[in-house]
Amino acid sequence: MAEWFHACYVGLCQWSDTLRIKFINDFISDDRWRYLWNGLGVTLKVTLGALILGIILGFLVAMIRSAHDTTGKMKIGNAICRIYLTVIRGTPVVVQLLIIYFVVFASVNIDKSIVAIIAFGINSGAYVAEIVRSGIMSIDKGQMEAGRSLGFNYVQTMRFIILPQAVKNVIPALGNEFIVLLKETSISGYIALQDLTKGGDIIRGRTFDAFLPLIAVALIYLVLVMILSKLVTTLERRLRSSDH
Amino acid sequence: MITDQTLIQVEQLEKSFGSLHALQGIDLSIHKGDVLVIIGPSGSGKSTFLRCLNLLEMPTGGKILFEGEDITAPKANINLYRQKMGMVFQQFNLFPHMTILKNMTLAPIRLLKRSKEEAEEKAMALLKRVGLAERATAYPSQLSGGQKQRIAIVRALCMDPDVMLFDEPTSALDPEMVGEVLEVMRELALDGMTMAVVTHEMGFAREVGTRVVFMDEGRILEEAEPQRFFDAPQNQRTKDFLSKVL
Ligand SMILES: Nc1ncnc2c1ncn2[C@@H]1O[C@H](COP(=O)(O)OP(=O)(O)OP(=O)(O)O)[C@@H](O)[C@H]1O
Ligand SMILES: [Mg+2]
Repeated sequence: MAEWFHACYVGLCQWSDTLRIKFINDFISDDRWRYLWNGLGVTLKVTLGALILGIILGFLVAMIRSAHDTTGKMKIGNAICRIYLTVIRGTPVVVQLLIIYFVVFASVNIDKSIVAIIAFGINSGAYVAEIVRSGIMSIDKGQMEAGRSLGFNYVQTMRFIILPQAVKNVIPALGNEFIVLLKETSISGYIALQDLTKGGDIIRGRTFDAFLPLIAVALIYLVLVMILSKLVTTLERRLRSSDH
Repeated sequence: MITDQTLIQVEQLEKSFGSLHALQGIDLSIHKGDVLVIIGPSGSGKSTFLRCLNLLEMPTGGKILFEGEDITAPKANINLYRQKMGMVFQQFNLFPHMTILKNMTLAPIRLLKRSKEEAEEKAMALLKRVGLAERATAYPSQLSGGQKQRIAIVRALCMDPDVMLFDEPTSALDPEMVGEVLEVMRELALDGMTMAVVTHEMGFAREVGTRVVFMDEGRILEEAEPQRFFDAPQNQRTKDFLSKVL
């Protein structure tokens, strides 16, 4: 029995020793942790930029689409929006990223993270648009009529009356979309942008150890997503407690 | 005939929903101080008519002159006209995400460029008049139906409208709350407000109305002062309708 324990102990020591050596080799030597740290910065920058672009695009498209649904105006605008939604939601985001980098910006010398922000922003906008539109459609049409009857124009009624209620209703769905967006930026490596995932992968290439760098990358994403989820739930609860 | 007392002049007004002709040529004028009561069976076009007056429904034919100007003209700024036509809906349509006070001051502040203090002062005065001053900071969901409708009325009044349109303002209320809303409307009429009211409250029509209009199948079949309308209706269909509801 004691021998068995001893064997286990020795095995464990050897294993933790190798792990320690690998850890030093993966993250400490040559300051390799910087690949993860800088990559995290790029990931956050791209996510945040794409988030803002996606929200702007999404609200714009949602407003145009619902204006067309309720008034029958904006026929051309609506047609353009529908093409945008069909194309973006009907093709893989990796392909969109590649097309924007290698086709649209082929002859332009531009920061790759800007390219990624544009690609992911355009992609996210399509999903935000449909989420926001469903929120707008969930609001009783009497609200629009009440706003218009007071003398507000369409955009003012949207801004003061419809959107505040609609956004409240779709906060969980929007939060979910932002989490998806964060994870989707992990394909930025396809245009050789050194985001968090690419950073982990570079370490793997240098040290020939896949385990630690990739687990570290996964953990960082997991923590980020958990923080985001927590934020969304808090926001949701706060909105609901002020719900009347 | 158009006189300077004419507030709204409706000429040959038509409205179709596809193949359904909801309004089939309405001629009517509303004068300053009128309390026009519109009655008629379900589906006769009463709501459609009222909603055409402030272009919540776009007429498919005819003209509406408001204070002498054709509001159906393509270049007319309907948003400006609507500021002068208050509307009260069957379902109240208060803004649920705002307090009562915010419901009432949003439009005056944004559209009439009143200061917050000025708008709130006016709103509080109106709230006091309808006995709801202490509910100023409540949200609509915290009010009863009768209270909601009284708020909806004073919200419209905050814009100092020249005319008030009511579409069955008491139809969604529990019976015991109908009285409090009709009372507010009666006081408004006594103050000289011009009103167009679609209602099934025949008592209100008789006491407060200055003119009663009977609509059926998108047409006006009879128009008279309340006394004559209720005591000596001329049209056979008016008689049938009244015999059912009185
Ligand atoms: N948006 C619409 N689309 C299609 N048809 C409509 C629309 N609004 C009203 N109608 C039709 O027009 C006709 C007149 O409707 P309206 O609501 O004006 O009647 P009403 O006199 O107000 O009836 P009620 O007493 O039931 O409120 C009805 O046949 C109705 O079905
Ligand atoms: Mg009706």
